[in-house]
Amino acid sequence: MTAASARKYGLWGFTGLSLIALGFSDLSSNRPDPWNTLVALGHGLITPDFTTDGLLLGAALTVAFALVGVLFAAIVGLVLAPFYANSAIRGLCIAVRSIHELFWALLLMQVTGLSPLTGLLAIGIPYSGIFARVFSDLLSETSQNAASALPSATQPTSLILYAKLPLAWDQIKGYTLYRIECGLRSSAVLGFIGLPTLGYLLETFFRQAHYSQAAAVLYIFFALILPVRLWMRWSLAPLYLIGAVWLLAVQKFPPIGDGALIRFLTQDIVPAPLRNGGEMLPWLAKILSTQALPGTVTTVILAQVALALAAVMAVIGFPYLVPRVAGNIGSRLAHGVFVVLRSIPDYMLAFVFLQILGPSLLPAILALGLHNGAIIAHLLGQQSRALPLRPDAPRGLSLWGYELLPRQSGRIWALCLYRWEIIIRDSAIMGLLGLGTLGFFIEKNVQELRLDRVVVLLLVSALLTLLVDYISTKLRSSMRLRLGPQTETD
Amino acid sequence: MSKPSVMTKLSNETLGWGEAPVLQGVTLDVKIGERIALLGRSGTGKSTLLGALRERIETTAHRAALVPQDLGLVPQLSVFHNVYMGRLDDYGTLRNLGTLIYPRASDRAEIGAILASVGLNDMQRKSAETLSGGQRQRVAIARALYRGGEIVFADEPVSAVDVTQGHRLIEHLHQSFSTSIMALHNVDLARVHATRAIGLRGGKIAFDLAAADLADEQVQELYA
Repeated sequence: MTAASARKYGLWGFTGLSLIALGFSDLSSNRPDPWNTLVALGHGLITPDFTTDGLLLGAALTVAFALVGVLFAAIVGLVLAPFYANSAIRGLCIAVRSIHELFWALLLMQVTGLSPLTGLLAIGIPYSGIFARVFSDLLSETSQNAASALPSATQPTSLILYAKLPLAWDQIKGYTLYRIECGLRSSAVLGFIGLPTLGYLLETFFRQAHYSQAAAVLYIFFALILPVRLWMRWSLAPLYLIGAVWLLAVQKFPPIGDGALIRFLTQDIVPAPLRNGGEMLPWLAKILSTQALPGTVTTVILAQVALALAAVMAVIGFPYLVPRVAGNIGSRLAHGVFVVLRSIPDYMLAFVFLQILGPSLLPAILALGLHNGAIIAHLLGQQSRALPLRPDAPRGLSLWGYELLPRQSGRIWALCLYRWEIIIRDSAIMGLLGLGTLGFFIEKNVQELRLDRVVVLLLVSALLTLLVDYISTKLRSSMRLRLGPQTETD
Repeated sequence: MSKPSVMTKLSNETLGWGEAPVLQGVTLDVKIGERIALLGRSGTGKSTLLGALRERIETTAHRAALVPQDLGLVPQLSVFHNVYMGRLDDYGTLRNLGTLIYPRASDRAEIGAILASVGLNDMQRKSAETLSGGQRQRVAIARALYRGGEIVFADEPVSAVDVTQGHRLIEHLHQSFSTSIMALHNVDLARVHATRAIGLRGGKIAFDLAAADLADEQVQELYA
């Protein structure tokens, strides 16, 4: 099949699947009067209250978890990167990054409790797997000239230190900075499961309907993440790191029982039939049929509809980021809206929508679609502004229809397929908000202290992510989609 | 007097990158003490032959240094570190890592002297990307000088410096290495400094003779 017909069938298939998924989605708004909440929230947004205790500490801890977790992961990733060709190392990296930070935190909490170590590792473990892959790509993409000029007996470590690392260093720093931004989102969201970050405060204030305080939390989060490239200076990094480690070290937390790790490994996660006697197969069949299957179906449906919304939003939205289409003022306004949507974690956005609309798939679809759509649109807009156009090229939406959209169609496909894997991972955790995806069943088992079942469901979730990644890679290669050196897609 | 001993030899070999052969039927040997100039138009396989000979020599006990055409500098590192890289294989990884962070005074002094000898005084703390083309070429030559050894392989080593300086730099390399193989863009350089000239044309060796015997017609035919 040619790339062109693959794309045509791809479009029909994608549209068809999205419509089917939409048919199965529960889109009801169950809140008795969403309008009341919306007005109260709007009122809160214009009367933010920054006087509550704990805002500053929450903000500082959000930054501390992000910095320590991401820099820890960057170092582990850098050490692993040269060995990424080894299939055992690669497999381990793929496995750890296929599980979402929130799931890692739920699992780690059983061992390390609410201690700072939980937050550090919940970010550090999956990010290490991501860093290892990206750094390995960056190192192997460097020019060979310097390496081949070295004496042939040079040891591999010296070769990497002198002839590879310096060449990739700027890109490594750039990618780490981008990951710190992601880490701030992850760190804030960890608050929703009890760590003392901004997410915890946001959830508390929302539940008490203190919208002015909740608005203050949102504003503080934006004040941290929007100028991250301004305050995160590499020359200040050691200082930040010392401060962050100190802050985490002085935090008081409920004590962890002795032998928590041993108990976790030798009892908690051992399948119940092995512990108490009984048949293994019926136990597994029961989890798979009553929890994994419905959880997976809902996760896939949510991800499909959300991906479709993200694609539509990106296609319609990206031209407004181009001054030649929307004018200078218009494109700046659009830029502002998209920055807010891609800076706020989709989980946090879903939580806010859920408070307004009530429990159904709708808030999660909107949150995932808007957040990911904004990211795709941002990348397309960036690329579109740099497109070389003939001097008499049209302006406005004609430019979009005749130049930008056709030229960018390959990239739109590629970005959507890249995002698919991330959306499926994030759809799974939406269950922690009470929606029926895999996260719902995982949290239910955590509460019932059935950690053996949690492990089974986490494996299912990881396999689902890997399956989507596999299909996405296959589709990209049959559609001949290559993004080139593009690190900010995941 | 005994016959000069052979360092390495090629007999009727096909050389090239991957599938496509660049040179065919190559037969030659390299003896200790020879100064070989490789001549020919660009794309005739001078770099290929140089690379093949370097690979051979490196499997022997002879120590070789290299000035590649693309120089192989790391732009982000300092001039000092670029020169130091000539001896990475002599030291352990820990020492190399330490030098990356804080160079020893003795290394600084040694490399400073070598840099001064190629006209790069007080440049060792600059990063390589701030240098001009001619300065970069001299850093690559300094790296080969710092490495030292019995033979130097140089691919157009003085193409970016003026003629007078070019003569001086090749002379400098010849004082440090007993044997040399250089691809040269300038036939005058070959006549002055080489003992043996090898001309490449049409994927074959066109001539292989003592540099003193090189006739003008042969040169004209080579570049025609």
